[in-house]
Amino acid sequence: MFHKKVKDVLEIYLVGELDEHASHYIRPKLDALIESESFSKMVIDFRELFFMDSTGVGVLIGRYKKLSQRQIPLFLKNPSAQIDRIFRMSGLYKIMPLTV
Amino acid sequence: MKRINKFKMEFDAISQNESFARGVVGAFLARLNPSIDEINDVKTAVSEAVTNAIVHGYEGRENGIITLSVLIDGMLATITIEDKGEGIPDIEKAKEPFYTTKPEEERSGMGFTVMESFMDSVEVRSGKKGTVVILKKELGKCFHMRRLSL
Ligand SMILES: Nc1ncnc2c1ncn2[C@@H]1O[C@H](COP(=O)(O)OP(=O)(O)OP(=O)(O)O)[C@@H](O)[C@H]1O
Ligand SMILES: [Mg+2]
Repeated sequence: MFHKKVKDVLEIYLVGELDEHASHYIRPKLDALIESESFSKMVIDFRELFFMDSTGVGVLIGRYKKLSQRQIPLFLKNPSAQIDRIFRMSGLYKIMPLTV
Repeated sequence: MKRINKFKMEFDAISQNESFARGVVGAFLARLNPSIDEINDVKTAVSEAVTNAIVHGYEGRENGIITLSVLIDGMLATITIEDKGEGIPDIEKAKEPFYTTKPEEERSGMGFTVMESFMDSVEVRSGKKGTVVILKKELGKCFHMRRLSL
């Protein structure tokens, strides 16, 4: 995982696989970034994430809740076909829209 | 090529083995020349069932054993994931989208929904002695469709 700050947008790039095992270190990393950086919008880019299962949905909803307390919107970008299907079936884009 | 081909293995129910388990299934099925999408569908479903065995079946206990077997019959893959854990009291309820018994651990309750949408069929048997999930998928469908249209 790596991140970039572009103006007031925090861009997160997830890399590799996001399953239950990976969630144990990705979750605290995301939370540390959310706490330490100041930004008004967050975008999570999935272009380098080649595997995700339903664990990822829980991780995203958890981060969404933290961000919405601070009224910061979250957007998702570049999911693979599989990951996009999981997002659609869980209705995730209704609360964290797909962006280009 | 022989029509029937199978393997069976046991592994510790720890989270490090999630990627190993789905990777082994992917490698075994690769010789059928399925599409990348089909392999990814199966790997995702296997990951769901294995993760459930670890986090729900054995509830994070590290001494659990998961049995994984794959049977190929022609182009039909049957994958069985078995644990000797807690069991599921109400299978119908467990299969509902967004139903989870672990919301405090940020579970979304989408695992069975993902399995059902990525596989042709999902069968669950569960009792006090554990849970068995049987996943089936006919591979090479894209290929056959292409051949028929020629
Ligand atoms: N192998 C199992 N042993 C015991 N209980 C299980 C097992 N598999 C599933 N369950 C039960 O079924 C429920 C639904 O499972 P499902 O995979 O759909 O969602 P989840 O695991 O809770 O969340 P997610 O998969 O989205 O992280 C679980 O919350 C759990 O109570
Ligand atoms: Mg699950």
